[in-house]
Amino acid sequence: MTTTPTAVPTTTAVAGGIGTSPLRPDGIPKVRGEFAFSGDLHEEGMLWGATVRSPHARARILSIDPAPALAIPGVHAVLTQDDVPGRKTCGQAVKDQPVLADGETRFWGEPVAVVAADDAETAARAAAAVAVRYEPLDALTDPGEAERQGSVFRTMHVVNGDPDRRGEVVVEGYYETGTIDQAMLGTEAGLAVPDGEGGVDLYVATQWIHEDHEQLYASLGVEPGAARIHLSGIGGAFGAREDLTLQIHLCMLALHTGRPVKMVLDRAESFAAHVHRHPSRMWYRHEADPDGTLVRVEAKLIFDGGAYQTTSHAVIANGAYFAMGPYHCESVDVVGIATRTNNPPNGAMRGFGAVQVCFAYEAQMDKLAAALGMDPIDLRLRNALDAGDRLPTTGQVIEGAFPVAEVIRSLAAMPLPDAGPGGDPRHLPGGAGLTTTAADIRRGVGFAVGFKNIAFAESFDDYAEARVTLTPDGLLVETAAAEVGQGMVTVLQQIARTATGIEQVEVAFVDTAAIGSAGSTSASRQTQMTGGAVLEAAEAVRDEALRRAGGGTLSGEGVLRDGVVVATLADVLAEGPITELVRFRHPPTTAPSETGQGDLHAGFSVAAHRAVVDVDPDLGLVRVVQVDTAQDVGKALHPAALVGQLEGGILQGVGMAVMEELRIDDGVVRNASFTDYLLPTILDAPDVEAVLIEEPDHWGPFGAKGVGEPPTISSTAAVVAAIRDATGRDLTRAPVRPEDVAGV
Amino acid sequence: MKVTLTVNGIRRDADAAPGDSLMDVLRGLGLTSVKNGCDNGDCGSCAVLVDGAAVNACLVFAARSEGKAITTLEGMATEGSLHALQTAMLESGAVQCGFCTPGIVMTAAELLEKNPEPTDREIDEAMAGNFCRCTGYTKPRDAIRSAAEMLREGRR
Ligand code: FES
Ligand code: FES
Repeated sequence: MTTTPTAVPTTTAVAGGIGTSPLRPDGIPKVRGEFAFSGDLHEEGMLWGATVRSPHARARILSIDPAPALAIPGVHAVLTQDDVPGRKTCGQAVKDQPVLADGETRFWGEPVAVVAADDAETAARAAAAVAVRYEPLDALTDPGEAERQGSVFRTMHVVNGDPDRRGEVVVEGYYETGTIDQAMLGTEAGLAVPDGEGGVDLYVATQWIHEDHEQLYASLGVEPGAARIHLSGIGGAFGAREDLTLQIHLCMLALHTGRPVKMVLDRAESFAAHVHRHPSRMWYRHEADPDGTLVRVEAKLIFDGGAYQTTSHAVIANGAYFAMGPYHCESVDVVGIATRTNNPPNGAMRGFGAVQVCFAYEAQMDKLAAALGMDPIDLRLRNALDAGDRLPTTGQVIEGAFPVAEVIRSLAAMPLPDAGPGGDPRHLPGGAGLTTTAADIRRGVGFAVGFKNIAFAESFDDYAEARVTLTPDGLLVETAAAEVGQGMVTVLQQIARTATGIEQVEVAFVDTAAIGSAGSTSASRQTQMTGGAVLEAAEAVRDEALRRAGGGTLSGEGVLRDGVVVATLADVLAEGPITELVRFRHPPTTAPSETGQGDLHAGFSVAAHRAVVDVDPDLGLVRVVQVDTAQDVGKALHPAALVGQLEGGILQGVGMAVMEELRIDDGVVRNASFTDYLLPTILDAPDVEAVLIEEPDHWGPFGAKGVGEPPTISSTAAVVAAIRDATGRDLTRAPVRPEDVAGV
Repeated sequence: MKVTLTVNGIRRDADAAPGDSLMDVLRGLGLTSVKNGCDNGDCGSCAVLVDGAAVNACLVFAARSEGKAITTLEGMATEGSLHALQTAMLESGAVQCGFCTPGIVMTAAELLEKNPEPTDREIDEAMAGNFCRCTGYTKPRDAIRSAAEMLREGRR
């Protein structure tokens, strides 16, 4: 297999370049408590906003009376749908979600009105005082019923190969996954400041300021230039900040009152305001020849999209395209349906449709191995895809690195932890407070492999802009890409350093008016996309600087020849500025045919996880002892941050396996708090060992791949497989609850 | 209602509404390192030291803090140099988004004050009330271990 890294470093001597792990530049303000998150913003004379939300899954709005709220001293505005100055709806691909409810509310928590008042407490009181009369209507909350009624956002039918191909060994299964919350620690927050000329500046934590901007100015009814979005500090994202929440509301209030307006959602509202991971119902049938060759996979997937589309069309597409894992198969038939119901809207979350199907297809692979009497790892290896192979679902020939077998082999070769929980009762499932004894514990080991695409797909015009400017002191990198905590800010510095030899690199996050889109910080794409733009721009800056100086090598001191500075950076700049703006695009993708065929994806990444659990099968208690991983990373640009992504992503997968789930009854969320929506703590965190497989990809900077999502794709499946191994139970639903383990 | 506190060594008078928590008051004073992750005692993002003990400031009524000595993350660095925990959090890669960082540092500060050489299990027990959604806790644990070592060796 041949691979072509996009660039060869001209110097490796520069400190803090790629392959090293320099400290993150925003780290000092973060550890000093000086980093301004969007909830920390302040402007003189600012008002506070609050939101009136529907308490019903579905209701007709008979009337909205703002008078009781406006009668409260210090309340400045109550705005409803009638007050939306421009387009009354918003949404990413389809503008189907009312900015404020349009006469009918379609999910619990839907924004109905917004208020502004002198302080947060008064705003909250005012929101409670807005008198909304509802007539509750029958809510459609069962995805199966929605499918029967044809209430769907998208139906996929991915068909490939000979439909009559049959295998001798057949396994079927039905699987479900629950609704999962991103639970980023910083809730939605922002500050809108009117400019006095009919325009507004919005400071907000989001994943894609340019997409927000498109929706924002249209709904405000202003020229694009009159609404500017600035990134402010982001307290985690994981998909939750891909859709609009409070952006338009804040700007409406600011323009209406002529005052700056700030809004910070509380945790309960945050659960209501952002989309979640789609709950899924999945039926599978796998057929194999007696030697373990997978020959036919049929699947039907129903992902519930909830009330509005957001990204359901793309999430179900991922579900369908990646429905059978990184394996060969001659014949495939996958139906994927994203339903429209009156449940809270579902959309982007780390792994984006690949997580749900991985839970199902890896359970199927284990089941198939048992039916064949084969070792489950051998079965996976026998069917593993490689670069140059065709993806059995879409028919696309896989370009770039795709080391599935190596990932599996490397993980399988890692040592297992010592057997048994030992004598410390705190290491037992449930901890010392519960009544498990070491004698009751069964240990289980589970293995799972998952993959997905990197960057946007299906012919989307996906690009990222970045500007690199040479200054007398070094380099300035400007981008609109969202640094959500993952460490892109450091990686961009490293790429610019290695490309130029200049160590001093400042990364500036600039607003929508200052630069074009960097695209979304999602789909594991920024290292490759904005990183790709920075690499090209930095190389062009380097080449121009060297041309002016008549050749040599570049460093922070200036241009060197034979180790001597022949021109300082200031000398080089005497002729005029050197600045390069690059709009980077990944290899083009095509739109899918009717049967889901085509070169739909720009690249792929594969990871595998092996979980070790201790289980008390009688009490239903589980302790996840260890989750090891091997991941295809292309090239590790910042090894420490990369491992940080793996550890954090794995813990989110563990959460989905054993504790996290939004409980929704008839469309109403019952556990919208951190008291009732359980997140893994340090006591729940397994040890993690990671192997990085570095095979350069065909288009990432220096061969790097995005790494953010694969850690959450197969970790859930591996943990549940381990619990199956320990208990012998089927466990077809994630998260696994104690009663499922205990069988009561 | 007026509340008088000593915050990071400086006497501060603050206005507080009857329902205000210590978190509200401190954030109102501009100490925005005190993070509101839940306002409900679940996440530990708002942890500060009250007379040396780490508490979730969102759970303490402002009125109950009258006269107390409060330390927030802003008060951890002295004369421009970082506290060992701040340095170690950064160097261990325990800071991603950083929203949990203030609460983790303050909770760990109390732990290391009381127990300069904690085992991993002791670290885990002390930190069980602090959520971090980004890192997976391995690196925060590493950071606390390495800060303990730095402090024992007299390095900041
Ligand atoms: S904000 Fe105080 S514990 Fe979460
Ligand atoms: S670093 Fe983001 S929550 Fe801990």
